[in-house]
Amino acid sequence: MNIMSEAAVEKALDQKMNTVPYKMIGKDVSVYYGEKRALFDVNLNIRENTVTALIGPSGCGKSTFLRTLNRMNDTIENCRVTGKITLDEDDIYDPTIDVVELRARVGMVFQKPNPFPKSIYDNVAYGPRIHGLARTKAEFDDVVETSLQKAGLWNEVKDRLQEPGTGLSGGQQQRLCIARAVAVSPEVILMDEPCSALDPIATAKVEELIHELRSNFTIVIVTHSMQQAARVSQRTAMFHLGNLVEENDTDKMFTNPDDQRTQDYIMGRFG
Amino acid sequence: MTDIASPAVRISTRPASAKRDIGIKRRYAAERRFRAYGIGAISLGLFFLALLLWTVFSNGYTAFQQTTITLPIEFTEKVIDPKGERTTDGKVLMTANYPLLVRDALIKQLGIDASKRPLVKQATDMVSASSRTLLRDIVVADPSVIGKTIPVTLLAEANVDSAFKGQIDLKVEESKRKVKDQQVTWMNELASAGVLKKSFNTGIFTFGASSRPEAAGVGVAALGSLFMMLIVLVLSLPIGVAASIYLEEFAPKNRLTDLIEVNINNLAAVPSIVYGLLGLAVFINFAGMPRSAAVVGGLVLTLMTLPTIIIATRAALKAVPPSIRSAALGLGASKMQTIFHHVLPLAMPGILTGTIIGLAHALGETAPLLLIGMVAFVVDYPGSPMEPSTALPVQIYMWANEAERAFVERTSGAIIILLIFLVVMNLGAILLRRRFERRW
Repeated sequence: MNIMSEAAVEKALDQKMNTVPYKMIGKDVSVYYGEKRALFDVNLNIRENTVTALIGPSGCGKSTFLRTLNRMNDTIENCRVTGKITLDEDDIYDPTIDVVELRARVGMVFQKPNPFPKSIYDNVAYGPRIHGLARTKAEFDDVVETSLQKAGLWNEVKDRLQEPGTGLSGGQQQRLCIARAVAVSPEVILMDEPCSALDPIATAKVEELIHELRSNFTIVIVTHSMQQAARVSQRTAMFHLGNLVEENDTDKMFTNPDDQRTQDYIMGRFG
Repeated sequence: MTDIASPAVRISTRPASAKRDIGIKRRYAAERRFRAYGIGAISLGLFFLALLLWTVFSNGYTAFQQTTITLPIEFTEKVIDPKGERTTDGKVLMTANYPLLVRDALIKQLGIDASKRPLVKQATDMVSASSRTLLRDIVVADPSVIGKTIPVTLLAEANVDSAFKGQIDLKVEESKRKVKDQQVTWMNELASAGVLKKSFNTGIFTFGASSRPEAAGVGVAALGSLFMMLIVLVLSLPIGVAASIYLEEFAPKNRLTDLIEVNINNLAAVPSIVYGLLGLAVFINFAGMPRSAAVVGGLVLTLMTLPTIIIATRAALKAVPPSIRSAALGLGASKMQTIFHHVLPLAMPGILTGTIIGLAHALGETAPLLLIGMVAFVVDYPGSPMEPSTALPVQIYMWANEAERAFVERTSGAIIILLIFLVVMNLGAILLRRRFERRW
């Protein structure tokens, strides 16, 4: 794991984002669903311990790009990915890379909260269990507690860990899903519109959580909400019709974008 | 009042009575009609169900009672073992003239002159011919009874049984009915003495096939059915579930799998008798398995049940929300882990329901069994699935072909037993469903 110290992160943030090293590098990434091409030679790099927001109108390919990062597209029939994506030094589409191992390094949180119909405890413990990250009861208890704490859910659920995760409220369920992803100690966490099914208060909590997680994880988030992108991210990438339009520091993106289309989208002229 | 203001005024003061006709009445009427159709359909269904149950139960409940005659039987050594050879020759006890013991006991009980042959014949006809084996079994089990007098409960002959239950019209001319006046007199005499009475018919559950209704039961057939159900369960559940998981989760979607899917759906609709022919050709003719054996029946019914189980299992797997799969895969679970840890447990209620419905279907299946020789007159319990046996619905079919009044009630009685089996299985399905059902 690449954990930067708190001070290092703050320092990095104070500098121009451009100096933060890359965690993942996407080069000429194209995605085809059968005959249909969904992404056109996208070159997008993800910086370490940074929140990168992917924005753009519906169907622009931002979720598709996100899903190439942990090869969730593999599960879709007829889906083909070309180009190269590396995680640190490893080409994640290399045949020698095991997709199971990759997903243990690049976790994912989905649009709709999808806890397993099991207890809260088992939801969080599932990842460590299948990857053998914890062995004894005490180790499991420990990983469950720290993960729930990182997800800011511990105080709300510590007395009812054996109750079903599906019984929580929508916002709590989503934070449970984040805790579940965190429990595997991934290096990168992908979030596919994690707040679109949540009310404003739950959204605020998740956004706050994303802020805190940044010190330990590299985060890529797809969002439909411009305000959310502005609030949570340091880097923003704008997609349109399967092309990467612009990638820039979030501040610059929302004040003085380089591309006219970005300007139009942010101003709400299309979308 | 200005001209400009007037249109706005007109709109706002549109009278309430001038509502647009948006067909509210028509829509409600359509809904009421639809409800009426639904209630009509359900009532019709319930009516026929009630009719069926009423017919079966009103005809069949008497089958669970049997008239018995308890007589003090004197196990005379002179009759059983006149030469005293029983210690050296085991056959003596097996072949002894046991009906003679019953005759003697009857003569004594009814006070008949032993020299009046026709009268004695009428008296012995009142007791089931199965008494021979009953007494033989008593003596063989415990030879020390020889020389003693023991009260033994014998089955009444089927016609006496029917007459005693009031199923034979005694007003009919004597020559045209099976029970004679003299027998009816004796019957009433014995009944008032407490010797002849109705008791619960355990025989219908334990006996095997017999041409004498009073000695016929579904025990052997039920064991045959049980063997077959076990074979079907053990084979079709794992094969069906494994096939469904492969087809649903692993197999690529292409022409070949489409073809397989179409064929499975077709197989579910193939008439069961065709499976019987297949079993006859493959298992008996080609593989040389024994005829009339539960193992062949079980295999044929397995083939017949598989499509049902596969279709139900695939539907259950499909119904598991994709978000659960994504969640597991996103955590780095392998495909196998995703399926066995998350998808399969969630699909379990559907799989079990499908399996039990398939089993219940197989339990009631007769046609394929006709072709593999399971329509057999099997008297003894099969010791293994390889031995000749028959099945519950086949027993019903065979009894339905018999003419005696006593077989009519037994046919209905057997149907009741089969229905109880089915109800228990379906209840099991519901309970399992409740137990496994989880919400997400």
